[in-house]
Amino acid sequence: MSVSSEIPVQGDSGVVAADTVMSVHALSKNFILKNKTSVQALCDVSFTVSAGKVTGIVGADGAGKTTLIRIAAGLLLPTSGSVSVLGLDSAEDTLEIQSRVGYMPQKFGLYQDLTVAENMSLYADLQGVPGVERAERFQRLLKMTDLTAYTRRRAGALSGGMKQKLGLACALIKSPGILLLDEPTVGVDPVSRRELWKIVYQLVEKDGIGVLVSTAYLDEAERCSQVVILHEGQVLARSAPGDFMRQVTGRVFLVAPPAGEKARRIYTRLVGRTGIIDATIRSGRIRVVTENEGDSAVISALAGEKGSVEPANPSFEDAFMSLIPRKDHRLRAADSSAAPVHDNSREDEVVVETHGLQKFFGDFEAVKKLTFSVRRGEIFGLLGPNGAGKSTTFRMLCGLLPANSGEINVAGHDLRRSGAKARSRLGYMAQQFSLYGQLTTRENLNFFGMAYGLDRKHLQARMAWAFDEFGLGRWRDTPAARLPGGNKQRLAMASALLHEPDILFLDEPTSGVDPFARREFWLRINGFAEQGVTVIVTTHFMEEAEYCDRMLIMSQGDTLAMGTPAEIRALARSADNPEPTMDDAFIALAEGTVAIADQGRSAANSSGAAA
Amino acid sequence: MKSTALFFMRLRGILTKETLQILRDPSSIALAIVMPMLLLFLFGFGVTLDAEHIPLAVVREDDSGMARDLVARFELSSHFEVKPAAAMKEAEEMVAGRRADGIILIQSDFTSRLQSGSQATVQLIVNGIDANRARLIQGYVRNVVGSWSTMRKARGEPAWTPAVSVAQRVWFNEGTESRNFMVPGLITLIMTLIGILLTALVVAREWERGTMEAMLVTPLRRVDILLGKIIPYYILGMLGMGLSVFVAVTLFQVPFRGSATALIILSSLFMLASLGFGLLLSAAIRIQFVAAQVSIVAGFLPAFFLSGLIFDLESTPLPIQIISHIVPARYFVSISHTLFMAGDVWAILLPNGLILAGMAVFFISMAFRKITKRLEN
Repeated sequence: MSVSSEIPVQGDSGVVAADTVMSVHALSKNFILKNKTSVQALCDVSFTVSAGKVTGIVGADGAGKTTLIRIAAGLLLPTSGSVSVLGLDSAEDTLEIQSRVGYMPQKFGLYQDLTVAENMSLYADLQGVPGVERAERFQRLLKMTDLTAYTRRRAGALSGGMKQKLGLACALIKSPGILLLDEPTVGVDPVSRRELWKIVYQLVEKDGIGVLVSTAYLDEAERCSQVVILHEGQVLARSAPGDFMRQVTGRVFLVAPPAGEKARRIYTRLVGRTGIIDATIRSGRIRVVTENEGDSAVISALAGEKGSVEPANPSFEDAFMSLIPRKDHRLRAADSSAAPVHDNSREDEVVVETHGLQKFFGDFEAVKKLTFSVRRGEIFGLLGPNGAGKSTTFRMLCGLLPANSGEINVAGHDLRRSGAKARSRLGYMAQQFSLYGQLTTRENLNFFGMAYGLDRKHLQARMAWAFDEFGLGRWRDTPAARLPGGNKQRLAMASALLHEPDILFLDEPTSGVDPFARREFWLRINGFAEQGVTVIVTTHFMEEAEYCDRMLIMSQGDTLAMGTPAEIRALARSADNPEPTMDDAFIALAEGTVAIADQGRSAANSSGAAA
Repeated sequence: MKSTALFFMRLRGILTKETLQILRDPSSIALAIVMPMLLLFLFGFGVTLDAEHIPLAVVREDDSGMARDLVARFELSSHFEVKPAAAMKEAEEMVAGRRADGIILIQSDFTSRLQSGSQATVQLIVNGIDANRARLIQGYVRNVVGSWSTMRKARGEPAWTPAVSVAQRVWFNEGTESRNFMVPGLITLIMTLIGILLTALVVAREWERGTMEAMLVTPLRRVDILLGKIIPYYILGMLGMGLSVFVAVTLFQVPFRGSATALIILSSLFMLASLGFGLLLSAAIRIQFVAAQVSIVAGFLPAFFLSGLIFDLESTPLPIQIISHIVPARYFVSISHTLFMAGDVWAILLPNGLILAGMAVFFISMAFRKITKRLEN
């Protein structure tokens, strides 16, 4: 697939335009590992960043985004090639560059024990901002980031969104000529993400600074004036987002499921079919990207689903998915849903139920009176930004953390009384995957199997299943710490499923995982749900809510809303926005522009009645 | 703006930050103040090289006044707790049952031998399981018997005297209290630990929290980073040190015979060497847990074993004696013993101080060379 040649490439003429604030020239970077092997993080990367524009670096985890930004900031030295920032060489004139760029690292670089004002003063001192200019500068930055009321609060006590804005304010303390942002919006709620972009655009338009931002959120790429797609250290393509989108014009379709059919069943059938590059569930419909324009075989296959098929406007994500070379990324749908053990009679059975669940950490109420229920074979999502109380809720459901008040019933057992019994029917996959890094794939599975008390014969059978189902056979003897990419996640999931649990708890299974692994993950989850496994999953990616049957949106320990994806989206429907996305719904809920309490309660009641 | 003005502005920024962090984060204060106090109490009260109230079985076969007089001397000594036994058999059982650590046997012919002018013996049997303790008991018993003979001789009563008697006089630590020796040495250990831990942990913490990365992308110079870490933790470490000396003198009643100036100058040199070593570690270690482990293994344990505080270096094998010369604590143990018990004896303080100064310069300049503004070394 030689897409980059089809796309007009800018700025390669060798002439540096007057408004260029950064130019990357034939940049390569190798890292030497402990065992003396060399890993190539960047290979022959070239592009430029212009003043008054936002340039986005988009790519999966491990594509080299962070390495690139760190080289530009002088934190790493190039192996070959060069980066010139504001006309200065990043390796030679590092200190000079560092006094003229704003840089926000992934963890924001804030001192938790220092207040908002003290953090800003620190960076002003380090950047040598003269005392006379400070008052005005601070005032402007605080106003821009809406932090004026919080100057005396410690950074550690700020919400994720506020921390991110303070990090940005610190990076902007000396009105830099160029702003480098490394994944600034990871794990932050949609409201804060939207505000951050608003601030960035103010800076670009008013001050005319150039911005280089890396992101794993593909929808954010559409907000950039130029996008560089990195894949395995190489520039796959670079252009304006519109150019990318034109590439897939006429190849994107929306399939609406016929009445009574679940979108995810159709989705499972369509994924991985020849001629289909990508399929996702968006706003209750299946979004399909075809390999070629006007492929009649594929279109008739779509029509064969009996739902309505209509062409759609391409998004950047569609283009991105069509650009990335496949190799082992082709999704396999067939095997995971091969034997849908579908038992309709038990579908209404409630397997997880909570009532008035509360958790305090000291004075801080982390979870506020949470009530919900989950039925057999359902995929139930707990959504919300970092710090919303998802993980706390989760740990209470799995019996890892005692609740202060309220009831939890899991698989028919009161978790407070018969925790061990209930736990033997649970599978749990923790956020950090909790694998033993020094043990091989086989040893990890063996350990978890024995921990769950599987006898040898049964364990052998389940391990064979895991190797086959998750494609882990070739990594059998590789230590878990050295498993590439999404394989760690696969192994973690296999470990949680070895004892064939009825209920699967997955805590942030898709954070820090690239778009392919995320798609594969949801496909598998669909397959398990079809077989009658109940899945409860937390995520901070709002669009992933579409794969859930029902979900609960949390914010600061509170229930914002509960219902099916369609019900939640409908909350944000207005004359201006007839087809709102999940992000729109969250923003509307968080800003209180829609009534939320009723929705949550009625959903709770209806599910309660079903029990 | 002039570059010196910018330098002081950066330094002000980083020092303010460190100070606020120290004041607000209880862990560094705990490390510099609470831990030294804890160690001092633990070792000062708990670990003493003197033995008191050693249970001693006494079998007195001789019923004369002289034998009783000798037993009374044992009873008077604070080192012993006399447990009378009727016969050897009973005494042996007491030792076997660990109710006594040794046996004193005064045979029936004790008085008659003394009076006839021939050699009278007091037999001592010691439980040798703890060799150190056995040696102590031996010494104490010899002292008691010796002083008893001397006293009798002075009164003109018959007593056995050795051909040559050793007239002992202990200088500098007249009470021969091991506490006077231990506490100044402990201060050395404590300062080693906090000096290394403070810098190594604090820098590793910045790496873990991602603040180091943000620091590196500011126009901070390497010297700013070095000073920003050394100055606040030097002050904090010296406060901990001062407090330890204060507690040593007031609570433990250890005499301090040197001058405050000498103490401040010499302990500053030692503190700087420790901080420099900690910074050198921190340049390579970016995880707090590992930093703590390495500080203990590379800093505290050598100071503990090779400083001459616990084990006499003269009696160790030559290779270990050679290695001990690269342990800064060795020199400061000698300095603090001198300052506490002898005074400003410059013949000892000066060479040790010069070596410490050399080490401080070495470690700090190594740390400076290792500090990098890049993420890779």
